[in-house]
Amino acid sequence: MNPLLLWFHKLGSPPYFYRLAGRLLPWLWGLALIGLVAGLYGGLVLAPADYQQSDAFRIIYVHVPSAWMSMFIYAFMAANGFVALVWRIKLSETLAMAAAPIGAAFTAICLATGSIWGKPMWGTWWTWDARLTSELVLLFLYLGVIGLYHAIEDRRQASRAAAFLALIGIVNLPIVHFSVKWWNTLHQGSTVKLFGPSLIDGRMLWPLLVMALATKLLFAASLLSRARVDLLELEAGKEWARQVALAGERT
Amino acid sequence: MSEFFHMGGYGSYVWSAMAIFVGVLALDAVAPLIKRRRVLRELRARARRAQKRNEESV
Repeated sequence: MNPLLLWFHKLGSPPYFYRLAGRLLPWLWGLALIGLVAGLYGGLVLAPADYQQSDAFRIIYVHVPSAWMSMFIYAFMAANGFVALVWRIKLSETLAMAAAPIGAAFTAICLATGSIWGKPMWGTWWTWDARLTSELVLLFLYLGVIGLYHAIEDRRQASRAAAFLALIGIVNLPIVHFSVKWWNTLHQGSTVKLFGPSLIDGRMLWPLLVMALATKLLFAASLLSRARVDLLELEAGKEWARQVALAGERT
Repeated sequence: MSEFFHMGGYGSYVWSAMAIFVGVLALDAVAPLIKRRRVLRELRARARRAQKRNEESV
């Protein structure tokens, strides 16, 4: 077997993953925190005020990274759900289910901050237009996955059922993304583009990109923390879990 | 400094958005720590039970 495939096999083993994640976590939390502080400082202090929106535009630094994460985490959850359904890998089940509450948190932040931004700029907290409604559906999908997972007694059956729901819900992702193009909405189109030049000044752009990176790191840190605990719970009868618990007693 | 908190008149909007972002993510970070304490407690109880069973059977 080639070394990369071998490493993947090893990674799938819960005790190996538990130890590896434990070593990575302090770095991930630390870097995420530094990124958040730098990004928010850049966005709230260094970036100039917008010529139309004045300082209200600064909500972008929490709203847009959260919106990106709400979709990124959903895709991550569905991809792991797919692996869990097809290859029955325990780690993928765990990662998919650990990602769901983090994704729900970012989606909720996106909706709440968007609402707060909408009030002074559009004159309303909420409107049933395509972008806002599809993002709300995304939150309900996350809540559905979490709810289904907790409604079934057997942990592994529960995660496979919830993974299936997550996979079906992936049709909503392109709807969220293209909603501002397909329909006439109050929500503006994309300002930051992966392909082609962004429609934003560099002094405003870099804190946004730092926030995007920091929220990715935060997701990784939260995901690994959750997956570690979930694996410990899932494998409570195994020897490695007993050893972890007894080692923790001394410290 | 007060100008910074004023945010050109949008202070209440900007700062409540920031508070929601930080608050929700802080809760998200704390949740696995709380669960970890519970799981470790259960694991230790399970280990003690197993030890007791072993001692009784000897």
